[in-house]
Amino acid sequence: MATKHSRAAARLMISPAVILLLGWMIIPLGMTLYFSFLRYNLLMPGMEEFTGLANYRFFLTDPAFFAALKNTLLLVGGVLLVTVVGGVLLALMLDQPFFGQGIVRILVIAPFFVMPTVSALVWKNMFMNPVNGLFAHAAKALGMQPFDFLSAAPLASIIGIVSWQWLPFATLILLTALQSLDQEQLEAAEMDGAPWIKRFFYIMLPHLARAITVVILIQTIFLLSVFAEILVTTNGGPGVASTNLTYLIYVQSLLQFDVGGGSAGGVVAIILANIVAIFLMRMIGKNLDA
Amino acid sequence: MTTTFRALMGACAFGALATASMAETITVATVNNGDMIRMQGLMDEFKAEHPDIDVEWVTLEENVLRQRVTQDVATKGGQFDVMTIGNYEVPIWAKQSWLVPLTDMPEGYDEEDLMPAIADGLRQDGTLYAAPFYGESAMVMYRTDLAEAAGVTIPDAPNWGQIEEAAAAMTDRDNEIYGICLRGKAGWGENMAFISSMANSMGARWFDMDWHPQFDSEAWSETLTDYLDLMNNYGPPGGSGNGFNENLALFQQGKCGMWIDATVAASFVTDPEESTVADSVGFAQFPNKEGMEGTGHWLWSWNLAIPAGTQKEESAKAFVAWATSKEYTQLVAEREGWRAAPPGTRTSLYENQDYLDAAPFAEMTLNAINGVDILNPTVDEVPYIGSQWVGIPEFQGIGTAVGQQFSAALAGQVSAEQALQSAQQLTEREMTRAGYIQ
Repeated sequence: MATKHSRAAARLMISPAVILLLGWMIIPLGMTLYFSFLRYNLLMPGMEEFTGLANYRFFLTDPAFFAALKNTLLLVGGVLLVTVVGGVLLALMLDQPFFGQGIVRILVIAPFFVMPTVSALVWKNMFMNPVNGLFAHAAKALGMQPFDFLSAAPLASIIGIVSWQWLPFATLILLTALQSLDQEQLEAAEMDGAPWIKRFFYIMLPHLARAITVVILIQTIFLLSVFAEILVTTNGGPGVASTNLTYLIYVQSLLQFDVGGGSAGGVVAIILANIVAIFLMRMIGKNLDA
Repeated sequence: MTTTFRALMGACAFGALATASMAETITVATVNNGDMIRMQGLMDEFKAEHPDIDVEWVTLEENVLRQRVTQDVATKGGQFDVMTIGNYEVPIWAKQSWLVPLTDMPEGYDEEDLMPAIADGLRQDGTLYAAPFYGESAMVMYRTDLAEAAGVTIPDAPNWGQIEEAAAAMTDRDNEIYGICLRGKAGWGENMAFISSMANSMGARWFDMDWHPQFDSEAWSETLTDYLDLMNNYGPPGGSGNGFNENLALFQQGKCGMWIDATVAASFVTDPEESTVADSVGFAQFPNKEGMEGTGHWLWSWNLAIPAGTQKEESAKAFVAWATSKEYTQLVAEREGWRAAPPGTRTSLYENQDYLDAAPFAEMTLNAINGVDILNPTVDEVPYIGSQWVGIPEFQGIGTAVGQQFSAALAGQVSAEQALQSAQQLTEREMTRAGYIQ
């Protein structure tokens, strides 16, 4: 039973760690905010001056901004759809006892351990390249025209690459959830004559709801900031067809050396990410309380 | 004197000796091109001449190098003592006083021997601010065997119409032979380098004298439509993702009839160890619009410069002088053969019979470089210096954004007209923000 006194002492004891962590977050954030109100370009030294909201106006009126916003949401939504549906199906498959189960499980998990840049390079050059890629060879063998993935369907290709990386994560979490399902319930349903489809929709899926929520929340946090895959494969192009917010900020601050514009973009991205997060919490947070 | 004391004395003396011969370490940032990698293999020779200087290398891909050195020099980071930078950066950085002027270079450097077309772009008020390591222009490289089989001849100074005829005749899609390979990957140093050069040769310009972008002009519309026609009709699939290296690989595998790109590629496509088509490559000048003159629409050099604020100016200067000297060229020739000598910086190289015999592309390269006038890159008057680039700090951002639009047009996502319109709008916007347009 903690007394008031010992609680105060405890707070005092943990304060150094808390202050350090806060500083870790607040100082960069504060600097970003400060820079976002400055006209600050690395290539023009001595020109720094306070410009108020000019950087924000410039970033938000950039024709590429709305394209990037749309692409960011499409990328997150697309990958979530593929990984959740695919993850449920894979988990159901891996839940069945079959020969070589251990090896198959390891193979399914493997993509998660490949670095994003490496997997993007492999997909770009060994699979999707329209002259030398595996898909092109397969298409030619079947007598079809090779499809040029990264210039004809850049965003869809990137959704494919990122989904391939995140499928293992979803599968793993959903599989463990599936294994915690009470087998007796399923058997009882079977005795009552419920077909497999109904057993899945009325027993398994409600049981998986919470795990799916966790998958969606965690993946959203990571997918909002996809960057390496875009840099390696399409450079945000053609045009701005595969530019997301993260990439747009990179272009602003590192390719144009515009620290002010880049910082304003960063602040906008933080605000948008929080809006998306609140939205998500509202939408599916109910499941977590249940 | 006790033994211990003597031993101590000895140790002290040894320590003093060691500090006396302590070498100074300089850090050199460079780009991962073949010529630069070759230089790193010759460092033992440099060490033999300068035992008191150690060199540490930071080798990066071009875009990353540009970001790193720009950030370092702009924020006075002081990570590097020597930087490899392009002739686009040199005048801009020299104006900012970011570079050490290369006066009083060591004896025998022979600055007069540097090719004027290259060296003039590296001087401010007559002072050299960077030493050229190699220089390039652009030209047509084509397969003599395919041209013969298709019954076309490519003249030494072709026009765009002749290029299109030749491309049409050489294209054989069933056997994966594409008449022409050009850059399509977005970037100011990738597709915009080629397209800006082509625009110069067609009489188009980036800006008029009031800094208004010119993408709504007839000449630009003609440039982009011709480029897209060439690539869509006779180019390889996935052209919008191909840069210099991708096209080099395609040409070396024998999949391209023609390739119009940097002259520096000539030594790679004629290298029997790397190229399957080494013995059947012909060269021609960069094409022009029919009835127009001029050979020089492209000028690039990689140069070694010393950032202001380095603590090791003397050692850095010694290294820069060594790496860009005549002796270095000799050294490379002795070790690797004359074909490997860094091209396009010294007049003396092009007067050397050994080099001319070993490099069939030498004369074409020399003419292309000497034909460039960065003060007048195109027919009409312009407010900037440039060639396949525009010499203003904002060009990197603008060039890449415009490059994205043209790359999208090549991928078939937007029409040529839309791409030009977007390019016009975004350039206008950036130039207004930067204060060029009032």
